[in-house]
Amino acid sequence: MAAGGQAPGGGNMAVGGAGPERGAEPPAPERVLFPPTFSVSEIKNKQRRHFMFVRWKQQQRKEKLALRKKRRKEREALGDKAPPKAVPKTIENQRVYDETTVDPNDEEVAFDEATDEFAPYFNRQTVPKILITTSDRPRGRTVRFCEQLSTVIPNSHVYYRRGLALKKIIPQCIARDFTDLIVINEDRKIPNGLVLSHLPDGPTAHFKMSSVRLRKEIKRKGKQPTEHVPEIILNNFTTRLGHSVGRMFASLFPHDPQFIGRQVATFHNQRDYIFFRFHRYIFKSEKKVGIQELGPRFTLKLRSLQKGTFDSKFGEYEWVHKRREMDTSRRKFHL
Amino acid sequence: MAAPARWSHVWVGAETGALKGVNLQKRQATNYTGGGALSRGEGVCALCWGDPAETEVLVGCLDRSVKLFSTEKGKFTESRLCPGGDGAFCGLAAHGSTLITCVESGLLKAWRDNAAENVSLELQAGSGLCRMRQDPAQPHRLATGGKENALKIWDLQRPEEPVFRAKNVRNDWLDLRVPVWDRDLQFLPASDKVVTCTAHRQVRLYDPSTPQRRPVLEVTFGESPLTALSLAPGATSVVVGSARGEVAVIDLRQGRVLKCLKGFAGSVRGLQCHPSLPLVASCGLDRFLRVHDLGDKRLRHKVYLKSRLNCLLLSTHQDWEEAPAAPAAVKEEEEADDALWDSMDTVPTLQPEGGRAKRAKKRKSSGP
Repeated sequence: MAAGGQAPGGGNMAVGGAGPERGAEPPAPERVLFPPTFSVSEIKNKQRRHFMFVRWKQQQRKEKLALRKKRRKEREALGDKAPPKAVPKTIENQRVYDETTVDPNDEEVAFDEATDEFAPYFNRQTVPKILITTSDRPRGRTVRFCEQLSTVIPNSHVYYRRGLALKKIIPQCIARDFTDLIVINEDRKIPNGLVLSHLPDGPTAHFKMSSVRLRKEIKRKGKQPTEHVPEIILNNFTTRLGHSVGRMFASLFPHDPQFIGRQVATFHNQRDYIFFRFHRYIFKSEKKVGIQELGPRFTLKLRSLQKGTFDSKFGEYEWVHKRREMDTSRRKFHL
Repeated sequence: MAAPARWSHVWVGAETGALKGVNLQKRQATNYTGGGALSRGEGVCALCWGDPAETEVLVGCLDRSVKLFSTEKGKFTESRLCPGGDGAFCGLAAHGSTLITCVESGLLKAWRDNAAENVSLELQAGSGLCRMRQDPAQPHRLATGGKENALKIWDLQRPEEPVFRAKNVRNDWLDLRVPVWDRDLQFLPASDKVVTCTAHRQVRLYDPSTPQRRPVLEVTFGESPLTALSLAPGATSVVVGSARGEVAVIDLRQGRVLKCLKGFAGSVRGLQCHPSLPLVASCGLDRFLRVHDLGDKRLRHKVYLKSRLNCLLLSTHQDWEEAPAAPAAVKEEEEADDALWDSMDTVPTLQPEGGRAKRAKKRKSSGP
């Protein structure tokens, strides 16, 4: 720093606030005076540097606490007239507006949704029947995960893949009146992908799956889930794409949950990650509710939504997540 | 509703059966199929201009009806049923008062004016058709292509045999037959050439004027099936769109990718370039209409149209970037508004000057 201040070179001139004269002529080389500065990182002795840094840190903390205390005092002094507390800025509430956000009064979107591929389910013409399978030769956790998933979703059947191609499985599923096909993909014994295909004519969603916790790995879990039809909660699926995905999840579970089972499956969307949880609840009193997790839990992220059933070669995509193009802002979400 | 119809820059047909006129200047989309009349059975699958002046749009629906939409009146004026064959329309064309329809099973028919039974011509172009297009320079020439149905060029004056029948390319390096699946095609103006794009990712250029029946140029682009194609102004390059939303401009002389357009989220179903301006409009399954500039690759306009879009039609007006003159109806309304304001008494408030001035300014700016 000191050396820079002494130097007559032009490099530092711009910093010295030569703004007004810039347009007129090249400024005369004059000495730029910087305020004396001190930085902990300039200390050469390591022990000393560390000591000074700790002291600096403590001082910072002290100042912060003092400021907070002062503010609280002010609030208490003002009493009722205190200004309302500022809402903290989060990525969610600063979200970039998505023009596809579904307006519940929009007739056209309502019509589009009322006649889409899930309409037979929502009109109660079909009963969900789900086939769960895996990639070929599943190992370890994936097998157990499939079993546990089938206890969550009523009327679901786990089948061994036996090296069959999905394009051959799908016509057989349709012939046997399956309404959905779930394929769990694994990589090195860890489940990492999920393909959810609505039958008979699409759509197909590809998800990345992460943070899979099986029942055994969950602390304070409840007893085994019962056979009752669970309730389902879909949170924060607001855009048109989110609606499609939400409807897809909803159509996995039968209508009319059996409330006596007190079980609830949640698909919670936050920042385009979909969190799945499975709980049992109890009303302890009129005000208090207790919940108990039953597991499994996992996180999904939508990679693509394809029109029609699984076709990786000639399928047409409704939406593909292109990371380079779409993830331009941290505050932009698609679901 | 009638007035703005003339000022729509793009006409878009949706899967839900809606025909939408989009004014890009105002970012305004109007649905010309009434709210209650939507039905998925009448999904729009083909669009074309009914006359060269672009006052009529022919709309081909899934239920085999062809409706005539008048852009002057802003409503559907006629509807006729065109039965025969199976599948949806893969192409519509107008030749004078004759309407030419083509369905996926390969039945190509020419209908004389209005009467439903009045079929003047009927020919079988082979099954699995994906697209039929008309030569804009010689409207009696048509081209068809589809799955396992290579390009054929027909002349309606000699409908017995195709004028040109493309030959499949040579076997590949394993001596296996190369599958055929033409998804879209277009005639090059001022020459006999036809450019096609295939679901196997190739863009091919055929030249019927030479004895060679195989493509004279073949380019592969991307990793997903090419679904739509449009000729860029100047006819030296072609814009292709794929099923994953990759859009590129491909040079037809050297067979190179010139540039890629960005911003697409889903499959491109409809693509059309403006004949003179460097603009390309596209629509598809991601429910957006986008207009890109071909020069600097920028996204000029993007309009959300609420349902999956199948096809689009770009108006060829030269001055479409300019704001259209305000329709007369709005003017009258303004005048009535002014009269109302004049008839009111001035109410003295704290700042009457500021308020009045502001309002007057606003009124002026909102005028024509």
